[in-house]
Amino acid sequence: MFRTLPNYLKVAVCVKRVVDYTVKVRVKDNKVQTANSKMSVNPFDEIAIEEAIQLKEKKLATEVVAVTIGSKKAEEVLRTAMALGCDTAVHVVVPDAAAETVEPLAVAQILQKLHEDLKPDIWILGKQAVDDDCGCTAQLLAGLLNVPQGTFASKVEVKGNAVTVTREVDAGHQVVELTTPCVLAADLRLNTPRFPKLPNIMKARKKPIDTRDVAAFGVDIAPHLSTEVVTEPETRKAGVKVKSVDEFYDKLCNEAKVL
Amino acid sequence: MFRFSSLMLGKALVVAEMVNGKVSPATLSAITAASKVGPVTALVAGSNAKDAAAVVATVQSVAEVLATVGEHYDHGLPEEYAPLIEAAVQAHKYTHVFAGTSAFGKNVVPRAAALAGCMPIAEITAVKSEDTFVRQAFAGNAITTVKSKDKVKYCTVRGTAFERVAAEGGSATVSDLPAVSPVKSAKFVEDKLTKSDKPDLATAATVIAGGRGMKSGENFKILEELAAPLHAAVGATRAVVDAGYVPNEMQVGQTGKTVAPNFYLACGISGAIQHVAGMKDSKVIAVINTDEEAPFFQIADYGIVDDLFKVVPALTEKVKANAK
Repeated sequence: MFRTLPNYLKVAVCVKRVVDYTVKVRVKDNKVQTANSKMSVNPFDEIAIEEAIQLKEKKLATEVVAVTIGSKKAEEVLRTAMALGCDTAVHVVVPDAAAETVEPLAVAQILQKLHEDLKPDIWILGKQAVDDDCGCTAQLLAGLLNVPQGTFASKVEVKGNAVTVTREVDAGHQVVELTTPCVLAADLRLNTPRFPKLPNIMKARKKPIDTRDVAAFGVDIAPHLSTEVVTEPETRKAGVKVKSVDEFYDKLCNEAKVL
Repeated sequence: MFRFSSLMLGKALVVAEMVNGKVSPATLSAITAASKVGPVTALVAGSNAKDAAAVVATVQSVAEVLATVGEHYDHGLPEEYAPLIEAAVQAHKYTHVFAGTSAFGKNVVPRAAALAGCMPIAEITAVKSEDTFVRQAFAGNAITTVKSKDKVKYCTVRGTAFERVAAEGGSATVSDLPAVSPVKSAKFVEDKLTKSDKPDLATAATVIAGGRGMKSGENFKILEELAAPLHAAVGATRAVVDAGYVPNEMQVGQTGKTVAPNFYLACGISGAIQHVAGMKDSKVIAVINTDEEAPFFQIADYGIVDDLFKVVPALTEKVKANAK
């Protein structure tokens, strides 16, 4: 391919299939019941995909590869990613029985192996998955690869091999400059993901997916953390609805003593 | 001491975070969590690590402070911090590494865990034993107890789940920890911090939050007016932050800040699970909403189905009148 600029990049995006964020999961038999729940792309990963595609549209990236690690069904999130504009996809297939217990550490170790193969300049992940709420895969991957990390990214600017990242921190923003290869973790404010268009969804169905067996990576996917107990949070006792502002104030002031 | 030895099998390192010369509230909570597994050592690093160490040494429950002088630690870059934590763990054989769940802790601790090949445990809410911890998943809808088989446990600590130790009265010994040579793969450019003299959202005793029902950023003034006499912090939902009404550091929820104040007043907020995940451990919850079907009423101690633009100013007047 003819390259007009020397700094064309390859971007890898990581996508996770999770229980849809609007679903309130139930806990039963010491386990979170996810069997018949609606599943979708982790919301932060949608933002990561959008950012990768925008880099391509700005002619900063030449290729975007979507990666997922999960059961056979996880293929659907790769189809979504390709319908949105990712060029290729890699699916690391984990047997159904083990799929639910794959931890961020194992994911990062698999991605580390994939890195040798794909050699992307930038990895973009979501800042956290809304199922396990760990928020650590990007940091683990960056640590394993020994490359810089731009977590909670709300703005990304690429110039040559310098990536300037604005990060959301507790009291505002922090700007850091990283060199490629690097790992980014998308925060909510990074962008607004687009919706896939129907013709693109149809086209994405025909695109090939590079399917690989997790066993081929030689990564131990047995969990380091064993889940002993899962419970539902304690339900709060029902409160009272009051009729007037006076009564509202009175309750808060004299009964709850919070005003 | 020996009576409690069943729990005290560990040797904990707390990565301390300093804010304006003080130990951050998140770190004070992390020290409480750490003291449940064994003697606590705090690590401070930066060009003025000596001054910081003197401050940390007076914090309750801290037995030792490690001070690492090096200007490459000044901005909390994880690329520099992770190898330092790893070096400290190697040299002193710590069994646990703790940090508060702040942007700093979440950024640094997992990277340090990666260097050791360990699985980090995010946002713990309780310490059951030296290898068993409680944390939440699915936006707080599942409370899980996890047991780690890692040699070293790398944990971030949910600040609202642990009491903060007192910042005075301690007398820890201070020793030096040699700096690791700079990695320099990431460069700090600048901090753009929002200056505010109002109470910190994450630690305020009272939080007044506004949602989409506020209709505009301008209208948040009425919340500020109620907040002032109550010394309350003002929070917001993701919807209003996304709409640009208020800055993002005001966001309360699964992906924003987790708060557990004495009193949480929700104004014009429906109570979506992502928002509730960030505040459901508040002691008293009151809700003002025109929609009586709003899910928030199901968890509220007190609710009023009415227009917030009528209720909030009326409350403000009553609070002011009462203060006089």
